[in-house]
Amino acid sequence: MQRYAINILLCAAALILVGLAHAGKLDGYVLHVITLIGINCIFALSLNLVNGYMGEFSCGHAGFMCVGALTGALLSVALFTDSTLFGTAIFASHWAPFLFPLVLIGAMITAALAGLIVALPSFKTRDDYLAIITIAANLIIISIFNNIDAIGGPRGFLGQQQTINAMSNFIKLPWMLIWTLIGVFICVIVIRRLMTSTYGKGVSAVCQNEVAAEMMGVNTNRVKIMAFMVSSGLAGLAGVLYAHHIDYVNPKSFDLLKSTEGLVMVYLGGMGSITGVLMAAVAFTLLVESLRFIIPMLNNGLHSIGLLPESYHLDQKWAWVFIPLMLILLMRFRPEGFLGNRELTHVFPRLKRWITLK
Amino acid sequence: MEFSLQNSIVNFLQQCANGLEIGSFYALIALGYSLVYGVLRLINFAHGDVFMVGAYLGFFISTALLAPEGMSGLSPIATLILAIPLTMIFTSLLGVSLERVAYRPLMRKGAHRLYVVITALMCGLILQNGNVALLGASHSAFPELVPVVVYDVWGVNINNVMLFIVITAVLVFLALHFIVSRTRMGMAMRAVSWDKFALPLMGIPLNKVIVFTFVLGSAVAGLGGFLHGMSYPVLEQDMGASIGWKAFIAAVVGGIGEVRGAFVGAFLLAFVETMVNAFLPSTYSDLFAFSILLLILWHRPTGIFGRPLTAKI
Repeated sequence: MQRYAINILLCAAALILVGLAHAGKLDGYVLHVITLIGINCIFALSLNLVNGYMGEFSCGHAGFMCVGALTGALLSVALFTDSTLFGTAIFASHWAPFLFPLVLIGAMITAALAGLIVALPSFKTRDDYLAIITIAANLIIISIFNNIDAIGGPRGFLGQQQTINAMSNFIKLPWMLIWTLIGVFICVIVIRRLMTSTYGKGVSAVCQNEVAAEMMGVNTNRVKIMAFMVSSGLAGLAGVLYAHHIDYVNPKSFDLLKSTEGLVMVYLGGMGSITGVLMAAVAFTLLVESLRFIIPMLNNGLHSIGLLPESYHLDQKWAWVFIPLMLILLMRFRPEGFLGNRELTHVFPRLKRWITLK
Repeated sequence: MEFSLQNSIVNFLQQCANGLEIGSFYALIALGYSLVYGVLRLINFAHGDVFMVGAYLGFFISTALLAPEGMSGLSPIATLILAIPLTMIFTSLLGVSLERVAYRPLMRKGAHRLYVVITALMCGLILQNGNVALLGASHSAFPELVPVVVYDVWGVNINNVMLFIVITAVLVFLALHFIVSRTRMGMAMRAVSWDKFALPLMGIPLNKVIVFTFVLGSAVAGLGGFLHGMSYPVLEQDMGASIGWKAFIAAVVGGIGEVRGAFVGAFLLAFVETMVNAFLPSTYSDLFAFSILLLILWHRPTGIFGRPLTAKI
């Protein structure tokens, strides 16, 4: 029983969270931030598979999130709602809570297929050249969606809110929080089990030395296709959850800045560390959100001690000056991120007594 | 039929001329990317924003020198002659301070290469958003330093600013090529990329070479920013990101680390873009340009001029 303590604790925490949200004890904003943290966790973990474990430098990961978000939103509208785009719903709306996983799986599969844009060139291309291919892939994906006018193009797409409403009509629950928690759970399990399997060791082998791995009998091309597809599929999961959580998708919101956020979370946590990346995703999201409150406070403070001229006000534009600045300082003093490539159980070996990882 | 054929040829040549101009901007940025990469194996993502800062510095310096409100300023031509070197000096100071403050401490610690890249990305974000925060999102208009004269060559419109830009880009390329391949400093730069650890043992000052590289790259980017301001007077803060990313892609397609590659890649990208723009709706330009570049990289994984690295196991 002791060995399962942390597992049970985490499950209990998730249940309590859902319970609190269901009872309406959580502020809407707090709920929003918690869901966002979950989505960022999935996004960062999926990027970690390629950038951390496989050692490639993919800096266009938000493109796959975009694919997941848009196909997910379209699927959800097509399956559960009557719309001008797809006509009548395929399933009656009371099926929504049970068949919503179809939307998630569909989005994941499409995003994984989009991952082939990067996976196939990666056979011959490495390092910085592959980085360029990922950037190009991100820009290509955004450009494709911007040019499809039927799904809104640059104006964005909405309508998936009705699916959430259909789920809420069936049973009143904080559905998006639940799906996000399930998503994080699945994501951690998939990556953990993949990376500890014999097949997944091939990913680490490719990271260490590709030529040597090939000589030892690792089919590097297959490993790369697998890693890129799993990674972009999970990014697609983050995307579809994001699309339903924000209930508006615009290809523009998945540009290179979003990819950069993903990179920041991975390198902040430490390459190739699940717990590190989870910690970084939580810390980064909280940092971004807390600046909404810190900047006005800072503004008032600086005005009251007279450091800032009366005519000038610090506003939210400074948020994206402070965030990179803090990250640069963090990198300066701890360049390997929170945990390096170790897990929390390696840093604190005693934790192993309390947790069981399968 | 005859007439429309002639028309389309003129149209094609006009697009070529536009492509040459845009390619010059890409080339001026891509050269800096390539120089720094060739020496340090570092993708200096802040470089596009150095270009943006160059445009803004050029704007401030030239408006200050022109001194419009009743005061006696310099003549536009004198301003141009003074402002360009000043802009280049300031941007090279910026580049060197980025290297000194952000990259060098990390590299000295022996941090992973990618952490330095992330730091560079963050520096770029700081430059871009710092500019937005300080100046607001207002669009500043670059003063007209040279009156635009339009020449009509067989129906193709070319103006003097365009010519000036293209000629400058070619001259800068030739100068950089000369520096890298013929001078002692250039030899030292190539030596750094060859073996960073043996270099100090041979009595070559490593840090001096690195600083020199950053000075060259950032000065050229500043020049590019200034020229961009002359040609497209409306300045925007995200131009470092939009043009910078494309210039980086151009540098890689040419074969990053190669001065020639950056130059060829920049013009290639610019031509593809303007041609797509000419014959398809402009929203498709990114799609086609990047798809073609992706195919090129797929076919030649180390770019047009890049040589594959041989790895020992």
